[in-house]
Amino acid sequence: MLKVSGLACSRGERRLFSDVDFSLGTGEWLHVQGANGAGKTSLMRLLVGLSPADAGEIRWRGETAPSTEFRRDLIYLGHHAAVKEDLTPLENLRLAAALDGIVLDERSALAALIRLGLRGRENLPVRVLSAGQKRRVLLARLLTRPAVLWVLDEAFNALDVGAVKLLGELIAEHLGNQGMAVLTSHQPLPVPGGKALVL
Amino acid sequence: MNPLFATVRRDVLLALRRKSEVLTAVFFFVIVTSLFPLGIGPEPVLLKKIAPGILWVAALLATLLGLPRLFAADHLDGTLEQMALSPSPLGLLVAGKILAHWLLCGLPLVLLAPVLGLQFDLDPSALGILTLALLLGTPLLSLIGAIGAALTLGVRGGGVLLALLVLPLYIPALIFGAGAVEAHIAGLDVGGHLSLLAAMLVLATFFAPWATTAALRVALE
Repeated sequence: MLKVSGLACSRGERRLFSDVDFSLGTGEWLHVQGANGAGKTSLMRLLVGLSPADAGEIRWRGETAPSTEFRRDLIYLGHHAAVKEDLTPLENLRLAAALDGIVLDERSALAALIRLGLRGRENLPVRVLSAGQKRRVLLARLLTRPAVLWVLDEAFNALDVGAVKLLGELIAEHLGNQGMAVLTSHQPLPVPGGKALVL
Repeated sequence: MNPLFATVRRDVLLALRRKSEVLTAVFFFVIVTSLFPLGIGPEPVLLKKIAPGILWVAALLATLLGLPRLFAADHLDGTLEQMALSPSPLGLLVAGKILAHWLLCGLPLVLLAPVLGLQFDLDPSALGILTLALLLGTPLLSLIGAIGAALTLGVRGGGVLLALLVLPLYIPALIFGAGAVEAHIAGLDVGGHLSLLAAMLVLATFFAPWATTAALRVALE
């Protein structure tokens, strides 16, 4: 479904990577590895269409990405918190869904937050939460936004042992439901199988 | 819910949680326009003559105050990135943000202008024309300003650059907006001025969200 061929990226004069090829089918996931500065985040941003590639192409379901179809099937969580500090976790989830044109009722939003271990925190402003809890608010979007391809950049940062295990379970569940994932991480990931790509 | 109105709702909600940002621009407008009558003294003829220009220049500067924050906060916390990747068209979300900016920053100026105009001894019909001109002109200021805010996003010292970029583009709105009130005071027809303001508004409504979106995509790269 996802096919990447000959992808290249440079920052200024420096070539970060070139000729990156991989393909992912349903139920498969890719672990992008590499030293600091190897271009893992650049690859992720290129993949989701935030920045243009120097060379190569990305195809999603046979069509050239990025397209509206691709964005509908995609969820990308990057380094940023991507939550509003002045809003509560519940408002953050529901407004993010509304911006995507999805109606998310309070019950499903609450269920997602509870699954992420934020019971009792749903009506506090996000700015009073800890870094790990903010990360969990963001991760709750994985449950509320239907998407086939998950692109998670360093998603395991700032998470405690329990949350790492939980995110591993969520990804495994997603792969079991015909999903796909591209992850970057320096740690070994608690998800079985998976292809590896070293930059 | 339509993504456009969802964006408006989100930005209005955020502004209500952090009222100081909205109130700064409104108080700036009130104070600047009040300083002139106090400084010049009780000279009704002079005050009446300079009133349209002063109210319009103050409105331009008050609009400019809130512009650097239009996209900066969303850019910083990564929500702008999420908007760019949303299945909803980014142009629609950007239009929502501009509409919210006008509701929070432009509309209060329109509503306050008739009250502040009293300090300049403007008669009721002149106040009406002033309000109408601002009602057509302030959305134009938000639309043009959004292009500048997107172009200077992430640039160090972007605030000053934004002013240098946007203020010259505000000149047509200033000329026809203030000109409408001056023409009315002089007993001339104001239809031409207001029609030109409305035409510029229509043009900007179609063009500005598109240009802003293109500039934001470059800033996000």
